[in-house]
Amino acid sequence: MPRLIRLDQTGHTTLAEWSAADTEAFEAAVLAFRRELDRGYFGIASRADGTAEQVRSLPSDAPTVILRRPIAGG
Amino acid sequence: MAVETGCLPERAAVHWRRTVDDERLRRRGRWWTLTTICHSLPFLAAAALLVAVKPVLAPVSVVLLIHAWGIPELYAARGAGVLRPTRRRSAPPSERRALLLLGDLVDDANRRLHASTGLVVEHGTLGEWVLGEAGALLVRPGGRRVMSYCVKATGEDLPAGDRIAHLLLALRCGERDFATVANLAFSGATWRMRRRMRGEQRPALDVARAAAARSSGRGAAAEPAQD
Repeated sequence: MPRLIRLDQTGHTTLAEWSAADTEAFEAAVLAFRRELDRGYFGIASRADGTAEQVRSLPSDAPTVILRRPIAGG
Repeated sequence: MAVETGCLPERAAVHWRRTVDDERLRRRGRWWTLTTICHSLPFLAAAALLVAVKPVLAPVSVVLLIHAWGIPELYAARGAGVLRPTRRRSAPPSERRALLLLGDLVDDANRRLHASTGLVVEHGTLGEWVLGEAGALLVRPGGRRVMSYCVKATGEDLPAGDRIAHLLLALRCGERDFATVANLAFSGATWRMRRRMRGEQRPALDVARAAAARSSGRGAAAEPAQD
């Protein structure tokens, strides 16, 4: 089941889970995703083969979408 | 696992920097070597001159030689410092949850490596990356040169595993942008860097160096490092 996860001070928080058939759950996930983008998080669609892609809208088919904070040179 | 070249939003914050590529890394490595030689050479020359002019000043020459030896060592120590774990630690449950997610992102060999070294190795097109909580090493193809970068997730409250996961995800999204956003702290010989790393972290560099040597054998141009 696809998940929307936020990396935060608790380790990580699962914000939403949805299935292809459950449009209501997906819409709730989209709202949560947008809310976190507005807070400054970036969305990453992470795939099982170890690749990842920056996303600006929630893809319904990605197995895991992870919200991360910005990085910066130290 | 391989990283992709893409576009990190953080790149906009350093828009004046040219995007890092293989050739640019090669040039920066050469420039770093030249700079280190320029810093050390005057001490070597002065040491030789003193002994030649007044052999009685040999002890002063020894001090100058120590300075010449110490300069690249200090640079390497600064480079190794980017992998030093942060002092701040989150509550144990948070650290465990962060490790669970990080474990989902990497393969079994990397899980074991992280358990023993606190570091994660990731294959990239520019070389082999070693990721820590607040920095990364890039072992160039051939395994002889390493570049050290200061880069970290913003916010002080993240568990250690999450910090590495942040860097790993950003790296996978855009390797060249990642190297552009990060600040270069050192470029030089892998053996010198290894000597300055903590003992428990060295196996991660060994894994990356071995992979970089193999990738060089597969066709990537090896980069020399004498400094």
